[in-house]
Amino acid sequence: MVVNKTEAIIGRVVLVVVLLLTLLPLAGMLSGALQPADRIPDGFSWPSDPQWGNFAVAFRTAHVWKLLGSSTLIVLGVVPLSLLLSTLAGYALGNLRMRGGKYVFALLLLGLTIPFEAIIIPIYYEISALGLLNTQWAVVLPLIGLYMPFSVVWMRAHFVGVPTELSEAARIDGAGIFQEIRRIQIPLAMPALSALAILLFLWTWNQFLLPLVLVDDPDKRTMAGALGAFQGQYLNQLPLLFAGALIIMLPTIVIYVIFQRQFIKALLQGAVKG
Amino acid sequence: MTNDVRRHEDPKPTAAALRRPDAGAHAAGAGKSSRHRSRPPVERSARHRLVVGWLFVLPALAFFGAFVIYPLITAVRYSFYRWNGIGASVWVGVDNYVRVFTDPELLISIVNALVLILFFTVIPVASGLALATLIRTMPPGPFATIARTVLFLPQIIPLVAAGIAWSWMYAQTGTINTILDSVGLGFLAQSWLAGFGTALPAVGLIGSWVLTGLCTILLLTGIGKIDTSLYEAARLDGAGWWREFVTVTLPGLRQEIAVLVTITVIAALSSFDIIYTTTKGGPGTSTLVPGISIFRLAFTQSEVGLASAFGIVLLALVLLAVLPIQLLARDRD
Repeated sequence: MVVNKTEAIIGRVVLVVVLLLTLLPLAGMLSGALQPADRIPDGFSWPSDPQWGNFAVAFRTAHVWKLLGSSTLIVLGVVPLSLLLSTLAGYALGNLRMRGGKYVFALLLLGLTIPFEAIIIPIYYEISALGLLNTQWAVVLPLIGLYMPFSVVWMRAHFVGVPTELSEAARIDGAGIFQEIRRIQIPLAMPALSALAILLFLWTWNQFLLPLVLVDDPDKRTMAGALGAFQGQYLNQLPLLFAGALIIMLPTIVIYVIFQRQFIKALLQGAVKG
Repeated sequence: MTNDVRRHEDPKPTAAALRRPDAGAHAAGAGKSSRHRSRPPVERSARHRLVVGWLFVLPALAFFGAFVIYPLITAVRYSFYRWNGIGASVWVGVDNYVRVFTDPELLISIVNALVLILFFTVIPVASGLALATLIRTMPPGPFATIARTVLFLPQIIPLVAAGIAWSWMYAQTGTINTILDSVGLGFLAQSWLAGFGTALPAVGLIGSWVLTGLCTILLLTGIGKIDTSLYEAARLDGAGWWREFVTVTLPGLRQEIAVLVTITVIAALSSFDIIYTTTKGGPGTSTLVPGISIFRLAFTQSEVGLASAFGIVLLALVLLAVLPIQLLARDRD
């Protein structure tokens, strides 16, 4: 392969600059978080007397344990049910291909483009009428619906690629439809399912608009939603806000670094299929 | 909801011809399973597929209908009324839509959203293209892995956290001004998010920061799929880097670019989290976007009808922007 040396060098240099620019805001936030909590932080530098205690204070005052619990509860409410329902629907649309299915598919494709802001108002009144405002259900139920178009389109794309001969072989062996799904289709769908699980987890964890509108109590929100509430709370204690923000980002970043190959693959596929 | 019911009744079970005939009819004997008492369904009739298919789709459709379709229909209904959210509502016809396009404050948020496309779409895709082209020959190794991990980081953290991090970047005593100071450009230092002229580009660049990594990696994957012999041929023909880029790289990445333009344009038009955590639309109306306007109108100014109309306009804008891109991308294939 013909490789131009100067091009390769310029490439490295530009890449390093871009990487530094990517990390700069986070480094700035860390530098801010380590400055004394009662003053407006000053400048971007490593403080002479880093206040690591800010993290402990932020952890306590932000009720991080409660938040982790609430976010986990919301994720557990959204992700497993979404996976189950979208697998069934994706199998129906991709493998069974019953009459009328293509209209459902077209409707879901349209659903992919709807910005949440366009329908957040009726959702607010709907949740209010159900008496669920200010509970985790207020976030869980709408999110399952809002992520459904993507999830079903995603799973359908997987099932379209699975040869129908497999279903026929399963039936010849006397398997019922549920047996076929459990024994044959689910194992084959594992890569698609785990990628979808990663995406749904990330989107739910980072969801901001719904908790902001539907849940007043920051302790019952998602992590991102609670962070929005701290912003007003810590206006005069910016170092604590930064420490809190870093704490809140930590779980996803740790999970991301561990599973980064899967994350990147899922996000890239998610972009292409979405 | 009503939609669901209609949809569910509409396909009538007919004795349509089997689509997949003779799926091993001779193997019926082999299908005798003691565990399975019912007749082994070797062939799935159209009727069977119809019933099971709709049963499987129904739960998903129920959630989709209850929290997307029904709210959408309700939003359209609200948009024709003047309603403060509590009292009686008054039918006002298309007045709310007229206001969206004539009220300068609402109109400006649409204009701002269109300006954001420059920062959310043009800059990330262009710099992603440049970067991906430059590093396409980079061998895999620890550095490549670290680079990929870092480039993707903005996709992982919540946009709210990105907003908070960047408000500190832009603050009077924040990171950018510190750096400017240290290189002798201190006279440029200012509160970037508070200036009428600088606020919109400043929040726009946060979008560029979030999306550039995604664009780079996706385009890099796309370049990896381009036949390397095309590059060899271009080089042997004496093509410079620009010609090579225009004749080999760009055409090979058409699909990826279409995808990226679609998602980044949607991100620009429906931006909310970043603006809410940095400027809330200010100073004045200089960073107001549809998402913020809808939120304010509905939940602080009690103009539910007007806010709903704006939501429908936003949806129309997104469709207007996305459908041509999709059609264009499909057409050329």
